[in-house]
Amino acid sequence: MYAFDYQKAKSVADAAAALAKNPDAKALAGGQSLIAAMKLRLAAPQALVDLGSIAELRGIKADGKHLVIGAMTRHSEVVFSGDVKKAIPALAHLAGEIGDRMVRNMGTLGGSIAHNDPAADYPAAVLGLGATVETNKRKVAADDFFKGIYETALEPGELVTSVSFPIPKRAGYVKFKQPASRFALVGVFVAETGSGVRVAVTGASPCVFRVPEMEKALASKFAPESVANIKLPAKGLNSDIHASPEYRAHLVTVMAKRAVQAALG
Amino acid sequence: MPVKVSMTVNGKPVAAEVEERTLLVSFIREHLRLTGTHVGCDTAQCGACTIHMNGNAVKACNMLAMQAEGADILTIEGVAAADGTLHPMQEAFREHHALQCGFCTPGMVMSAIDLVKRHPKPTEAVVRAELDGNFCRCTGYHNIVKAILDAAPKVAAMR
Ligand SMILES: Cc1cc2nc3c(=O)[nH]c(=O)nc-3n(C[C@H](O)[C@H](O)[C@H](O)COP(=O)(O)OP(=O)(O)OC[C@H]3O[C@@H](n4cnc5c(N)ncnc54)[C@H](O)[C@@H]3O)c2cc1C
Ligand code: FES
Ligand code: FES
Repeated sequence: MYAFDYQKAKSVADAAAALAKNPDAKALAGGQSLIAAMKLRLAAPQALVDLGSIAELRGIKADGKHLVIGAMTRHSEVVFSGDVKKAIPALAHLAGEIGDRMVRNMGTLGGSIAHNDPAADYPAAVLGLGATVETNKRKVAADDFFKGIYETALEPGELVTSVSFPIPKRAGYVKFKQPASRFALVGVFVAETGSGVRVAVTGASPCVFRVPEMEKALASKFAPESVANIKLPAKGLNSDIHASPEYRAHLVTVMAKRAVQAALG
Repeated sequence: MPVKVSMTVNGKPVAAEVEERTLLVSFIREHLRLTGTHVGCDTAQCGACTIHMNGNAVKACNMLAMQAEGADILTIEGVAAADGTLHPMQEAFREHHALQCGFCTPGMVMSAIDLVKRHPKPTEAVVRAELDGNFCRCTGYHNIVKAILDAAPKVAAMR
């Protein structure tokens, strides 16, 4: 690993000030994506601002309508949270499917959505539930947050502080794991929310996206057969050694069916 | 610029000046000379470097020593009793011949202790799924799974 500077931030304000002062600095959350990227020089920040000791960024709160999860909350805290299991069991399930137990003990919600890996799980839940991402500067709707491959609406130095998930009537998430990395080859999050049905797909394309045709079909009948014959065009979907665009398109339909089934319990 | 790092490792306070870029696993192996924690892949895949931080299993190759500042760290060297009696998980690995070359074993044992803490009565399916992050190139996993299933009630009885 190359040499860099390191600083432990005491508060969100402290971290924001450090990041504002040095444009070549980056926030460090769990480090599960960033440390690996730095070893490979895919990322090469000159300094790291560690968010690990900022208590205000951690924790899970439920108020009957929303579940608010702090950016530094570890995946495993979401898996085992009674509040999450009660309010949005699909979200606890999703967190439990991320990587492996050791990764889940370090990786955080804020890190995952800020990183916006095309095959990451959390972006599907944030978009699928129509959540609101809160930063140290503003609130951003999920529909405006995920911009492209590893790209979000975050400005340089802007920090995710928490995510507010509206509690849906029901929701389900099913992913087809890429067996070596455990990332989603394709993952589909389906939710019936107060403001309609939402379907979000991760892993299939450079960035998480919604499928309006499936949403419409499920709004008239929330059942697996409603999506069984809806096929996405393969054009534009990801292609790599693990799967062709055609196979990913096929998986979207199959995972969507299973996610609806999971939501129905 | 070197930074000061301090933490508790296997019950003993330790402090050192390290470079910021020092990984936790390098700190444990090269500064503390506790070489039971292995490095198999250095890319967070294999789990050979698994240790416990504040009671949770983590991969020491994928984090900085500074991220463990002030933490309570347990490595494989700190798992047996002070008189040398093996931890029930270690004993079960011995009993069931759950290792061949032994390279993955420290990480397997540390992961397995965390596993049965979270799932006190695991089924075979749970054990297999929860070993996702630990690779073994020798055993084919069968005896590892047997050892963990056998040790689970004994580890639960320790608390
Ligand atoms: C072996 C392995 C398997 C994995 N499998 C999966 C999987 O199946 N599914 C999945 O979704 N993920 C997977 N991951 C990724 C994992 O979930 C990461 O934890 C996550 O993507 C990043 O979170 P982090 O807290 O580790 O962030 P870090 O790695 O610390 O940071 C990632 C990026 O986000 C930025 N950042 C962090 N926090 C904030 C914040 N609050 N505000 C603004 N920017 C911030 C950082 O500057 C950095 O650019 C895996 C990782 C590993 C090592
Ligand atoms: S050496 Fe850390 S996971 Fe392989
Ligand atoms: S015993 Fe050799 S790698 Fe597991």
